[in-house]
Amino acid sequence: MMNNIFKGKLFGLVVPLIAIGFGFLAGAVIMLISGNNPINGYVALVQGVFGDTYYFGETLQRMTPLIFSGLAVAFAFRTGLLNIGVEGQLIVGWFVSVLVGITIEAPMIIHLPLAILAGALAGALWGFVPGVLKARFQVHEVIVTIMMNYIAMHVVNHFIRNYMLESGQRTAFINDTASLSSDYLSTLTNFSRLHWGFLIAIAACVVMWFILWKTKKGFELRSVGYNKHASSYAGMSVNMNIILSMSVSGAFAGAGGAMVGLGTYNYANILPSFTNLGFDGIAVALLGSSTSIGIFLSAFLFGGLKEGANNMQGQAGVAPELVEIIIALIIFFVASSYLIRWIYSRVQSNKEGK
Amino acid sequence: MDMILPILYTIVPAALIAATPLLLTAMGGLFSERSGVVNIGLEGLMVMGAFAGIVGTLFFESLGFGAASPWMGILVAIVLGSIFSLFHAVASISLRADQIVSGVALNFLAVGLTVFIVREVFERGQTDTISARIFRINVPFLSDIPVIGPMFFSRIYVTTYIAFALAILVWYVVFKTPFGLRLRSVGEHPMAADTMGIKVNRMRYIGVMLSGAFGGMGGAVYAITTAGNFAGGTIVGQGFMALAALIFGKWHPFGAMGAAVFFGFAQALSISAQQIPGLANVPQVYMLILPYVLTILALAGFVGKAEPPKALNQPYEKGSR
Repeated sequence: MMNNIFKGKLFGLVVPLIAIGFGFLAGAVIMLISGNNPINGYVALVQGVFGDTYYFGETLQRMTPLIFSGLAVAFAFRTGLLNIGVEGQLIVGWFVSVLVGITIEAPMIIHLPLAILAGALAGALWGFVPGVLKARFQVHEVIVTIMMNYIAMHVVNHFIRNYMLESGQRTAFINDTASLSSDYLSTLTNFSRLHWGFLIAIAACVVMWFILWKTKKGFELRSVGYNKHASSYAGMSVNMNIILSMSVSGAFAGAGGAMVGLGTYNYANILPSFTNLGFDGIAVALLGSSTSIGIFLSAFLFGGLKEGANNMQGQAGVAPELVEIIIALIIFFVASSYLIRWIYSRVQSNKEGK
Repeated sequence: MDMILPILYTIVPAALIAATPLLLTAMGGLFSERSGVVNIGLEGLMVMGAFAGIVGTLFFESLGFGAASPWMGILVAIVLGSIFSLFHAVASISLRADQIVSGVALNFLAVGLTVFIVREVFERGQTDTISARIFRINVPFLSDIPVIGPMFFSRIYVTTYIAFALAILVWYVVFKTPFGLRLRSVGEHPMAADTMGIKVNRMRYIGVMLSGAFGGMGGAVYAITTAGNFAGGTIVGQGFMALAALIFGKWHPFGAMGAAVFFGFAQALSISAQQIPGLANVPQVYMLILPYVLTILALAGFVGKAEPPKALNQPYEKGSR
C-alpha cells in the first residue's frame, strides 16, 4: 500500500508536505541557535493567525493577491514558461486599476468591473511583451520578465510622482464606486482589511481550473507545455499558445494588483522597492504544484506565515524575517524533490532487500 | 568644451564607481553561466556579500585592525559568498532542481537570513555604520594628466581599479587557460566534455562557487564604499543589473565590462542629469529604465544577438542522451 502512495497521484502531495515539514524544522533549529524558544515562537505564530478574528481576516486579505500571483505563475508554467515577471505585471495592474478608480465616474456596477478589467489588461500587456519576444525571437522569458519588472516599477513611480501625487508618497483615494472594501467583511473580522477581492480570488481559482482542464484551448496550452514538438506536429501553433499563455498569466497578475489597489489600500503609492507579492507567487505556485486547490492552500500557508510573523515578533521576540527564511527553504526543498524521491527509493530498496 | 569638461569630471568617476559592483558581480555570473548553471541568485549573493562585508569590517574594527578592516571585510564576504552559493550549487547541480527556481529561493534566503541575523545581533533593522572606510584617491602622476587625469584617475576608489584588473584576469582565465576551456566546454556540451574526462559536476560547482566569491565581493564593495552600513534595502536590484550586464555583454568579460560601465553611466546620469544642459528636461525615468530596455533589445537581436551557452539551465545526468 505504501508503494502506491509514493508512486501514484498522492506523491504530488507528499513532496510539498515533507518540504513544509523540513522548512519548519529548519526554522526551529534557527530559533534554537539564535537563543529563542522554538515552541514559544511557533505557538505565537499560530496564535498570530487564528488567535483573533482580526488576524484571521488579515491573513485572508494577505492571501488574496498571493492567490492571483500564484495562479499567474502556474498558468504560464503549464505552458512550459516561467513567468518571473508577475511582480511587474502586478504593479502595473495595481496602478492602472487605481487610475481608473480615481479618474472615472460611473455607477459601481460598471465602475468596479471596469477598474478590475483595466488592471488585468495592463498586466496582460506586460505579459504579452515577453510572450511575443519568446515566440518571435526565441528570447528566454525569464530575463525579459525580470527586466520588465524594473521597467514597471520605475514607470509607475514616474507617473505617480509627476502626475498623481496627492499626499506624501501616494495617489488620491479611489472613488467608492470602484472600491472592493467591505464594511460587512471588515466588521465580521474585527475591522481587518478583508475585502470582496477574497471571493474574487476563489472565483479566479475556479476560472483557471476551468480554462486549463475543461476547454479546448486549455488542452492546447498544457499540451505545448508537455511537448512543444508533438503539439506542433499535431497542428497546434506553439507560438500563439506561448503569447496567449503569457498574456493570460499577466492578466491574473494584473487582477491581483487590482485587488491590492482597489481592496487593501484604495490607492497606489511610490514603491521604494518591489512588493514581493509577485515573487512570492513563484513559491505559492511551486508548493501548490500549479493546481488551483494547491495554490489556494499554499497561499493560505504563506499569507498566514507573513501575518503570524507580526505576533511572533511581539509575543515571542523572534524577528519576522524567520518566516522569509522558512519560505525560501520550502522552495529549495520542493525544487529539490529529487532528494525526497531519492531518500524514499533508498528506504524502499532497503526494505525490499530484507 | 568649457561647459562639458567639468561635468564629465564628475560624471565619469561616478559612473566608474557605480559600475564597479556590477562588473564584479557580472564576472561571478559569467563563471556560473559559462559552466551551464543559470544564476538568478546573483542578487542574493550580493546581499550576502554586503552583509558579510559590513559585519566583517565592524568586527575587525573592534579588534583594532583600523584601516585594514574594510579589506578584511571584503575577504570575509568573498569566503561567505562562495559558501552561501553552495545552496544553489547543491540544489541545482546535485539535486537537479530547476536552476531558476533555486536562484529565486537563494535571493529570498539571503534577504531573510541576513536581516534576521542583523535584527538578532543589532536589535534593529540595520547594522552600525562602519568608521574605517576605503577612501577615494587621486592616482599619483596619472591624475595630473590634463583631461584624462581628472576623469579616470581622480577621486576614485582603489576597488574600482581592482575590479577592472580582475575582469581582465577573468578574460585570461576563461579564454586562455585549460581551466577556462574546461569550464566553457561543460557549459556548451557537457556530454562531450564528460567523454573527454572532464568532471562536469565538479566544474559546475567551481563555477557556481566562483560566482559566490565574485558576487560576495561585489556586494561588499558596494556596501563598504557607497552604503556604509547594511540593511534589507542596501542591495536593491544591483544583482539583477549585473545579470543584465552579463547578458548585454554576451557572456564575455569585456562585453560585460562595457555594459557595466554603460549602466554605471545611466545611473550617474539619472542622478546628475539636472546639471547637464540638454538633459535637464529629460525625465529621470528614461535613465532609470535604460539598462533594462537595452538588455531586452539586445536579447531580441536588435543590438546584436546575445547567444547564451548551449547547455545553460540543463542539469547533467551521466549516461543520459
